[in-house]
Amino acid sequence: MPTIVEKILARASGKAKVVPNEIVMAKVDVAMSHENADVVLKSFQEIGVERVWDPEKIVILFDHRIPAESEKSATTHKRIREFVKEQGIKHFYDLKEGICHQVLPEMGHCRPGEILVGTDSHTTTHGAFGTFATGIGGTEMAGVWATGELWLKVPESFKIKVMGKFAKYVTAKDLILYIIGQLKADGADYKSVEFCGPTISEMSVASRMVLTNLSMEMGAKNAFVLPDEKTIEFVRKRTEKKFAAVLPDEDAEYLKTFEFDVSNLRAQIACPHSVDNVKAVKEVAGLKVHQVLIGSCTNGRLEDLQVAAEILEGKKVHSDVRLIVIPASRAVYLEALKAGYIEIFLKAGALILNPGCGPCLGAHQGLLAAGEVCLSTTNRNFKGRMGSPDSFIYLASPATAAFSAIKGEITEPL
Amino acid sequence: MIKGRAYKFGDNINTDDIYPGRYLSITTDREEMAKHCFELAYPDFLKNAKPGDIIVAGKNFGCGSSREQAATCLKYFGISAVIAESFARIFYRNAINLGLPILIAPEITKKINHNDTLEIDLKKGIIKNMETWETIKVLPLPPFILEILNERGLIPYLRKKIAIKKKGESR
Ligand code: SF4
Repeated sequence: MPTIVEKILARASGKAKVVPNEIVMAKVDVAMSHENADVVLKSFQEIGVERVWDPEKIVILFDHRIPAESEKSATTHKRIREFVKEQGIKHFYDLKEGICHQVLPEMGHCRPGEILVGTDSHTTTHGAFGTFATGIGGTEMAGVWATGELWLKVPESFKIKVMGKFAKYVTAKDLILYIIGQLKADGADYKSVEFCGPTISEMSVASRMVLTNLSMEMGAKNAFVLPDEKTIEFVRKRTEKKFAAVLPDEDAEYLKTFEFDVSNLRAQIACPHSVDNVKAVKEVAGLKVHQVLIGSCTNGRLEDLQVAAEILEGKKVHSDVRLIVIPASRAVYLEALKAGYIEIFLKAGALILNPGCGPCLGAHQGLLAAGEVCLSTTNRNFKGRMGSPDSFIYLASPATAAFSAIKGEITEPL
Repeated sequence: MIKGRAYKFGDNINTDDIYPGRYLSITTDREEMAKHCFELAYPDFLKNAKPGDIIVAGKNFGCGSSREQAATCLKYFGISAVIAESFARIFYRNAINLGLPILIAPEITKKINHNDTLEIDLKKGIIKNMETWETIKVLPLPPFILEILNERGLIPYLRKKIAIKKKGESR
């Protein structure tokens, strides 16, 4: 009767069975870092080993500050590049490919049943492939680089069952915002969250990633979408490596089970300054926006750009609005280009940025002034995250973003 | 065996309460960090708590931001262990990796009063209240976590382990 997380952690720690709250030493299959590899390598050097445990299992890329926005970042990038060469780290994408949580799946690093850790809190995203994926600290990652293992406490599990058909322009983003609004920011603290049900089975791989990405914002340690044919097909196309998909037992025990029906769900929006401050878009409709951002590891994939392009085709972005579009990866960018979406955005008056995190974390490329309102498809709206502490970030779907960019005010997509 | 006096807190003590954001610019001076534990949210702590005390708290201890200083300041203040009904995930990991003993004990705030003397056996998972002679059983920490704690954190622990391995190989 084990859950999926219990099965994966048992295998990774060489045990027949593990129980919630037990602490195990788990072997890591993939260890991911971005610019903060710099912090990791400092601790790594303190440990006193010369070589990393396995240069094929470490993935490093730059996405947070690309191209370097300051001399400090340029130096960080340089230091990491040197370390990568020295250690012969095989999977290094520099600043060419895009955001880590999009690039790793694209490059075949996310495989069902495996353990993936990353020095980024939204590493939960990779659970969309039935991978146990979670964020860890820099100190611990240094330990992983040295030994290939880390300790993990076996989490208790929540099951979230979703049924019903989405109305037009209502998406996975609206669903997960609604769920976070109900469960609150600590509602899934430390838990492993499993998404299942007919609505999830119907969903594209990209939409499933929205759910696991945002599960972090209700405190989850990790999140899963149970692997199915769609998952296997996606992964097989991208890796030669063998993997064994893991599913929970039919009678697995869950601390709690939740059920949601999306049939009557309307577009949702997270209001300042917390992700669990969720309302229906219609409740805040009419509020003026200064910047609209479509992109990020949450909603910068092809289907997101597609819906935005369909809405923006032949239209103009409101004269008081800056619309910034950031494809999540180079691959997404290329596809969007071929499909004609990029042309639509440019004609509408949008700004297209290079694949990466852009202004999501407030480092560069489109920060906000005091008093400004940004409607963003990203995952965090904490006070001051995108610039001035006196600015306001609202989180919504790409459809809500596109309609709002045209109208110049928060608009429900209908 | 850890012996100390209980210093009690309620639920949802966040990392800002434990270590005020205004001191985040202190990144390496750990003794200095220790001077600011609970400084703004619970100023009595710095007056009344003593090195060796054991923090006993309710649910969700250490919630909020991921700042490592929250665990570091308690450790360097001399707090000998933290027992709580539950911990926020990142605080829990940071505490162990920085060498601060930590135990999860459901309902513990009902069983222990402020200032009670406690004895903790981390290995067996036993908390003994020396005032009431009540023995509370919890899930014990596994041997490798205890080793990390004995070495005062993950980095020194690994440094030692790897040095021993190297010595063995060169023989
Ligand atoms: S896009 Fe934003 S949330 Fe995603 S990894 Fe980058 S900074 Fe983090």
